[in-house]
Amino acid sequence: MREELLAVIEKNSRIDLKELAIILGVEEIDVVNELAALEAEGIICGYHTLINWEKTNIEKVTALIEVRVTPQRGQGFDNVAERIQKYPEVRSVYLISGGYDLMVILEGKTLREVSSFVSDKLSTLDQVLSTATHFILKKYKDHGTVFGQKTEDEREMITP
Amino acid sequence: MRNPLADKVVEIKPSGIRKFFDVVKEIKGAISLGVGEPDFDTPWHIREEGIYSLEKGKTHYTSNAGLEELRQEICHYMKRKNGLTYDWKKQVLVTVGGSEAIDIGLRAMINPGDEVLIPQPSYVSYEPCAVLAGATPVIINLKAENEFRLTAQELEDAITDKTKILILPFPNNPTGAIMERKDLEAIAEVIIKHDIYVMSDEIYAELTYKGEHVSIASLPGMQERTLLINGFSKAYAMTGWRMGYVCGPENIIAQMTKIHQFAIMCAPTTGQFAAVDALKNGDPDIAEMRTAYNQRRRYLMNAFREMGLECFEPYGAFYVFPCIKEFGMTSEEFATRFLEEEKVAVVPGTAFGDCGEGFLRISYAYSLENLKIAIGRLEHFVKKLRENKG
Repeated sequence: MREELLAVIEKNSRIDLKELAIILGVEEIDVVNELAALEAEGIICGYHTLINWEKTNIEKVTALIEVRVTPQRGQGFDNVAERIQKYPEVRSVYLISGGYDLMVILEGKTLREVSSFVSDKLSTLDQVLSTATHFILKKYKDHGTVFGQKTEDEREMITP
Repeated sequence: MRNPLADKVVEIKPSGIRKFFDVVKEIKGAISLGVGEPDFDTPWHIREEGIYSLEKGKTHYTSNAGLEELRQEICHYMKRKNGLTYDWKKQVLVTVGGSEAIDIGLRAMINPGDEVLIPQPSYVSYEPCAVLAGATPVIINLKAENEFRLTAQELEDAITDKTKILILPFPNNPTGAIMERKDLEAIAEVIIKHDIYVMSDEIYAELTYKGEHVSIASLPGMQERTLLINGFSKAYAMTGWRMGYVCGPENIIAQMTKIHQFAIMCAPTTGQFAAVDALKNGDPDIAEMRTAYNQRRRYLMNAFREMGLECFEPYGAFYVFPCIKEFGMTSEEFATRFLEEEKVAVVPGTAFGDCGEGFLRISYAYSLENLKIAIGRLEHFVKKLRENKG
């Protein structure tokens, strides 16, 4: 049940427990226990909402920053990653294979806010060799969900 | 002027579904549970392969029987899923949907007066295709108490010395019934005893929710007397591509290929290229869609239980077939009133044969959100009918 449960709630974390139990074909108490276990094991880390901020009046700037760093003996990249992730404006930090090391996704209110974070905080860290900042201009798809017009059901109403 | 029409065609009664479709069109803002095709779009990698073939200029006829690579992939699939070995050169034909395979299979095998056994409720085209092929259709009325499975006794009772083919439509549209191995073994015994052929329409094979689908062709002594029809429409959500195929004995496939060659030439080339990719890389898509259908199936079965609506638990396709006899209406009356009063379209069971009277076909090829809205209205309607009666 675990894999199917995760697949369902990854798409819809608001589904109610009774309904979840019905569609998975198990008892409600089993769903409750499994969810508790998944939370305790740190597999479920939160129940977030996917928001298309562009449709609101709230201004937000998202940047994707490539960071090249010097790994430390015995620590690898963990130390510097842990340091970067502490900033609340940092949304995600990934270790990446290829031309750079860390990918940092940053959210700020204004362009200036993001730039000053990069120039004052990020690039001044000792292990950071260089950064390249890319501003996100438009989000087409996020977390597997396409932002945009909902498509109509184009099927005939009745077919054999 | 002379009558331009063929009596044989004029005498075929129009599809019951068509009639209901015309009613539905008149109702503004109706929602539907009446669709017999997946709500998913074809997985992107399959569509992309079709597009790529067009870009490369693959816009010509293929060989009559279909692309070599496609026929080989079909054989791999048959081996992998059913443990069946077919020779791709002689025992496989790619058709325009499973529908064409039904039509030309009957035309290739029927002599005037041969009887074709058709269990009902079932898909609407078997009976007219049998008639057009010159056969005498013999209907076997399946029963709710058997969960709409075909029993050996029912088969035995329908067989005469003119019987040539049994059409075996499982997993079934419209009932959702499946035939498990033990059910098929009993049928196979009768088939072999009376030296009959089977046309097994397994278009919904991948949508089985209880164990693995079993093909009757995989039972001992059955491959040489079975035409196994399958296709891409249901498993890969490819209805609009019109891609099907048939595997069977060399002598039958050869004659079917002859008809196909003269009537059709070859199945659409773009679709054939897409279908190759479906067979090579589509297993995860099938699994994902099957999981979603199964969740909806459980949701509907639970909803029926809660509203006290009688319905056997179907383990195949994407239909449930609840019984509405308690309301003292015909299926058509119920469906028409439900449409007019609650604005939800479902298909009367009688569209799939007279023995579908007292039942409705409800499709769950809809998102859970849409199903919830429609089921809410069904609950309201059922409650209203019960109150008025009591």
